Amino acid sequence: MADRRVFFLTFAVLTAAAVFLLWGNAWQSSYVLKLRAVKLGGLICVGLSVGIATVLFQTLSNNRVLTPSIMGFDALFLLMKTVVVFVSVGLSLPPVSAAAGFLADTAVMIAATLVVFVLVLRRTRQDIQLLILVGVIIGLLFRTLAGFLQRLLDPSEFAMVQADMFAQFGGIDAQALLIASLLLTLLFVWLWRSHRVLDVMALGRDPARALGLPFDQLQLQLLAAIAVLVSVSTALVGPLAFLGLLVTALTHSLMQSHHHALLLPGAGLIACLVLIAGQTLFERVLHLESSLAVVIEFCGGLLFLILLAKGKIK
Amino acid sequence: MIQIKSLSHTITDTPILQDINLELPQGQITALIGPNGAGKSTLLNAIGRQIEVAHGTVTLDGSDITQIAPRDLARQMAVVAQHLAVGSRIRVADLVGFGRWPHSQGRTTPTDQTIIEQAIEEFDLIALRHRFLDELSGGQRQRAFIAMAYAQDTCWLLLDEPLNNLDLKHARTLMAQLRRMVEHAGKSVVIVLHDLNYTLSWADHVVAMCDGKVVFTGPAAQVATAQSLTDLYETPIQISTVEGQVFARYHR
Ligand SMILES: Nc1ncnc2c1ncn2[C@@H]1O[C@H](COP(=O)(O)OP(=O)(O)OP(=O)(O)O)[C@@H](O)[C@H]1O
Ligand SMILES: [Mg+2]
Repeated sequence: MADRRVFFLTFAVLTAAAVFLLWGNAWQSSYVLKLRAVKLGGLICVGLSVGIATVLFQTLSNNRVLTPSIMGFDALFLLMKTVVVFVSVGLSLPPVSAAAGFLADTAVMIAATLVVFVLVLRRTRQDIQLLILVGVIIGLLFRTLAGFLQRLLDPSEFAMVQADMFAQFGGIDAQALLIASLLLTLLFVWLWRSHRVLDVMALGRDPARALGLPFDQLQLQLLAAIAVLVSVSTALVGPLAFLGLLVTALTHSLMQSHHHALLLPGAGLIACLVLIAGQTLFERVLHLESSLAVVIEFCGGLLFLILLAKGKIK
Repeated sequence: MIQIKSLSHTITDTPILQDINLELPQGQITALIGPNGAGKSTLLNAIGRQIEVAHGTVTLDGSDITQIAPRDLARQMAVVAQHLAVGSRIRVADLVGFGRWPHSQGRTTPTDQTIIEQAIEEFDLIALRHRFLDELSGGQRQRAFIAMAYAQDTCWLLLDEPLNNLDLKHARTLMAQLRRMVEHAGKSVVIVLHDLNYTLSWADHVVAMCDGKVVFTGPAAQVATAQSLTDLYETPIQISTVEGQVFARYHR
């Protein structure tokens, strides 16, 4: 289902990417170009992950004002980071390479979320709403635990954790990026092949089962996919809560459709566009390198509330 | 034919269905009646494999429904639940279109399109086809869901209180449509009904339930008597025949 809007968005993202790469005669220096390419790759990976993960999560939860971060994915990430610092300082372990660290982060996030999902879903007779509530509580628990451990760290160790507490688009490791993009490509191929199944799943458990869909099995697969997406974006740049909400709100008002063939690419591309355009603006025009994440979260939250109040989100 | 053998279901140790043994005849309208909480919806959901039951089996033409692939089952049985809701915000025509999913997995063929159009027409939804489901009245929404099941084009149609929100005209039309489907298209219908007059005038076969058990079952004309219905509902019910039409009086 090729749609003009998807082409238009792709074109917009490509333009923004070109501007970002070549701003200020960057083609004269391959070093600058390479740095920017890595950063651009990071922005694209994160944008696609956040946008698509939020669409999937909203499809599963039948709720357009939720994002995976409500389930405490980012809290788990923080806890993990804190524990790593705590343990490696305690045992004076040597630091690992960024790529290995990234792989370990992602693996732990996926394993932990899957264990929680399987346990909770089995107990609650596949009730996703209850799963979300349990997720909120577990998220609080993780946050509190992380906070407690951080208090036990000395200031220099705490600074190591603090760097992970806010999303940062600088300092993305090229090797980690390569692994992430391979992982994402596989996942996106799988998701694209199931986009029609997703349309049926969005109807809800009972209607989907009545149409012969093995809903519970698919639900778990989707939750795993969301865990991978959130893990990748969180492990690359750190937690982002409101970007997903902003992006899906924009996607729904642009696409006006329940078809995932439009929603998935729409959300992924819009998120990329927001991140790339935002980064260009902040880094090149305003020279405020590090504040993009904060501003996106702030504006995303604000715009989201406005859309919600105006009844644009249904 | 659907055969139910020693079916029992419990929810957190509360027995909901107890040792149900039944045969639902093919090519007939079977009415499932009984007081609130009797277990009618639960039984219907067990037959349609919407819930997994602890004990007992349901067989469809001799094969255990738990052994039939979900997609194949959805091509043989359509279920319209008592509480209707979908998660996504979709239009009436899209909902009806989902009825074709078990057949074409979302790649709508011209045949599918014809059947979808027919279902929309059949259930008086032409004027509503572009409306969002959450902007419809209760009865209109009910009709959209029934049209979706109709588009599924299955041998068996399981309907849980489909007359719930329908006005007189649409209720009567629906029963006539079901009758037509049974007689001309060889379909079989299992329908939960609360209005005894609809049961008496349209059903061929009756299954009466109370407290998770089958109280009586058989051809409607034989088993639905004033006495048996009075006992079933614990309410005085009189049955009269006016101009050849059997009807029940219970309102006062
Ligand atoms: N999820 C549940 N948890 C606990 N009990 C339940 C649940 N669902 C149904 N029940 C109980 O099971 C019994 C049968 O319910 P069911 O919905 O099958 O009744 P019904 O015959 O369809 O009633 P109605 O005419 O009101 O629709 C009721 O006593 C009900 O309280
Ligand atoms: Mg019921």
